[in-house]
Amino acid sequence: MKLNTPQDLEKLRQDILSKRDPDRPCISICVGTGCLAFGAREVIEAIRAEIKTQGLDAEIDTKGTGCPGFCERGPVMVIYPQEICYLQVKPEDAPEIVSAIKAGKVVERLLYVDPATKEKATRESDIPFYQNQERRVICNNIRIDSKSIDDYLAIGGYSALAKVLSGMTPEAVLEEIKKSNLRGRGGAGFPAGRKWEGSRNAPGDTKYVLVNADEGDPGAFMDRALLEGNPHAVLEGLIIGGYTVGAREGYIYVRQEYPLAVENVNLAITRAEEYGLLGENILGSGFDFKVIVHRGAGAFVCGESTALMTALEGRVGEPRPKYIRSNVKGLWQKPSVLNNVETWANVPLIINRGADWFTQIGTKGSKGTKIFSLVGKIKNTGLVEVPMGMTLRDIIYKIGGGIPGGKKFKAVQTGGPSGGCIPESLLDLQVGFDELTDAGSMMGSGGMIVMDEDTCMVDVARYFIEFLTDESCGKCVPCREGLRQMHKILTRITEGKGREGDIETLEELSEVAVEASLCALGKSAPNPFLSTLRYFRDEYEAHIQDKRCPARSCQALTSYYIDPEKCQACLICMKKCASKAIDGGKNKIHVIDQEKCTQCGVCLDVCPSRFGAVVKISGEPVPPPIPEEQRTIVRKKKEK
Amino acid sequence: MKKIRMQIDEKEVVAEEGMTVLEAALQAGISIPTLCYHEKLEPFGGCRLCMVEVESGGRTRLVVSCVYLAEEGLVVRTRSEKIDKIRKVILELLLAHAPDSPKLQEYAAEYGADKNRFEKEASFCVHCGLCVRYCAEVKQKHAVGFIDRGIRKEICFIPEIAAKECPGCKECFELCPTSYLQAAYVLVESLASR
Repeated sequence: MKLNTPQDLEKLRQDILSKRDPDRPCISICVGTGCLAFGAREVIEAIRAEIKTQGLDAEIDTKGTGCPGFCERGPVMVIYPQEICYLQVKPEDAPEIVSAIKAGKVVERLLYVDPATKEKATRESDIPFYQNQERRVICNNIRIDSKSIDDYLAIGGYSALAKVLSGMTPEAVLEEIKKSNLRGRGGAGFPAGRKWEGSRNAPGDTKYVLVNADEGDPGAFMDRALLEGNPHAVLEGLIIGGYTVGAREGYIYVRQEYPLAVENVNLAITRAEEYGLLGENILGSGFDFKVIVHRGAGAFVCGESTALMTALEGRVGEPRPKYIRSNVKGLWQKPSVLNNVETWANVPLIINRGADWFTQIGTKGSKGTKIFSLVGKIKNTGLVEVPMGMTLRDIIYKIGGGIPGGKKFKAVQTGGPSGGCIPESLLDLQVGFDELTDAGSMMGSGGMIVMDEDTCMVDVARYFIEFLTDESCGKCVPCREGLRQMHKILTRITEGKGREGDIETLEELSEVAVEASLCALGKSAPNPFLSTLRYFRDEYEAHIQDKRCPARSCQALTSYYIDPEKCQACLICMKKCASKAIDGGKNKIHVIDQEKCTQCGVCLDVCPSRFGAVVKISGEPVPPPIPEEQRTIVRKKKEK
Repeated sequence: MKKIRMQIDEKEVVAEEGMTVLEAALQAGISIPTLCYHEKLEPFGGCRLCMVEVESGGRTRLVVSCVYLAEEGLVVRTRSEKIDKIRKVILELLLAHAPDSPKLQEYAAEYGADKNRFEKEASFCVHCGLCVRYCAEVKQKHAVGFIDRGIRKEICFIPEIAAKECPGCKECFELCPTSYLQAAYVLVESLASR
């Protein structure tokens, strides 16, 4: 069925809604990649089978939805209309869940339990993880079937597009976006309105709008969740963008590693075309627009704007030297607006609710919300959407639940591999584009990796530089060769072979990479080193001068030692040691042969905590083994 | 052709529209070090040696002169403490690959680059891409190309094409600043004749 006018769209929406009973129970299960990995597919099948068995087909609906964010406790299930939220649901829970719905009850054992208060939370919105968020963009993920356009229409989908096409000039849309001060969610935070305006004003009839879905930061999955869960929101934003800048074609550059996102967005395009929301003469407005999905071939650098465009053109994905902005000369030398998934998904919201609503929250320079993927040493791993200006402390402790295992917080790495590490002293920093940049890190696309006291910051820098060395395209010297040398030096430092002057050499290589690299990858690549040096210089010095790793993490700088006072000769570590480096026996205190030890740490892991005999040390000599004659443990006989 | 007046190293220079800063400088007899530039080839912007400081609209920034287009009233400085430092480090990074390259040695003397600053690398190739681009853009044969990426990137002759085209051409040989190309060619040749 093709919709020919905005009124047709509204009528269809009413039709869809009239056929739906808002009080009818609906079981929504996240079938995003994370929950699928936890077995969500089996859960949804079990639920459907159970509904059939109980003969409730006509009474209970089911839905496979996008990711609501609480990946730590997947598979996540929400039951409407009460919004009862069950976590870590298993297929065998199906009969109980379905029976409970029938009886109007709640399966208590599947509810969230607050670890501190032991209180249960019935509704999704009662869970602290969600309670402290401001979910404007990602909130629809769990409300709609990610493969159904009717579901998107039922929650008001494409109404922003109808509003634009039926009564707003491109100039008016542009003004609204500019007024909202929407900044690019993909990395640099460039104002979207200004970017659009540049393309709109650029000469030429052929223009393009592009979606950057080449999300390559380790540990980041904001864009994936949006594209998988709510592809129509991205499409709607893109169509509005096309209308505004005068483009008739849009491209979605999505990484090959996101098969579900590719599947869902392709399906969304087909459905939108069937309804006439894409294609020729959209809603009778005379505006034609089509969208093409292009799958990346797995190169991190293709997230960089000019490399992405080069790859779209079918050439090797390398950035091109440019002094003309892509919004004036981009894809095939035509004006091209490139924004990332989350930026596009914000557009329909701004159109529907207005720039004034959008700017109500945020900091001076950063408005609206931002989705972060909160990962690492954090209790509640997942996607979180927070108002700009929330402090890192609130994100990590109120939403993330703090650090697991009673460990101490050390740093949070934001902005992806070329972002930086922010220390504990800056936990009250408000998140925003400029705030994070001032702290030596960046917003990036929203990765947030939490690190605890066991993390070595030199090793963190080495890890990220290694990643970037691997992902550098190799075209320009400061990035390719500079990173190669930086990686060598950092590796040497973590191996205890650091030398005087290494820090200075690293600083010089960083300066040259920042100043002289061809693209943003190279220019920002030294950030992991520069930010860790800025806040954790003492760790670098400890490695280089004292050959000591303060976090006791670098293998080459740590030793394991068994405290003879505490060893109970239980044989466990001896049996588990793969290098056969532990000598001991029944009633014979165990001793590690330092020559054979490979510092794998298994002995420390397996030593029963009530003994706590294995000690990890760094930067100090290992105490000599106790004399052979003192190694026998004489145990008191148990009293009868 | 529209004339553009600009200043390079305090010298008034007239360039034609569409010229790069590097071309304008060379035409005026001002030298700027380059490795990946060739007059017959599209600008590559890879070696970054030709970086200069440009001042326009009250803003000063570093740009690569082989890509940046000449513009009216532009003020260009081809040497400064910062530029020299960048060139020195770039040369040192490349000398780890090709310590004996005459061109690198010549520049190294000029900028005080230490050829032993970094540990020697196995490959002589400095990835200027002259051979690859010359073969593609001028000869249009594509007999040699880049493979892989980042630090694993290297030039590689495509045996099927090279066997046919290279013996009678070899024009790229003299472009190579380090002799790596010849070595790669000899290797392919010997593999092919096995």
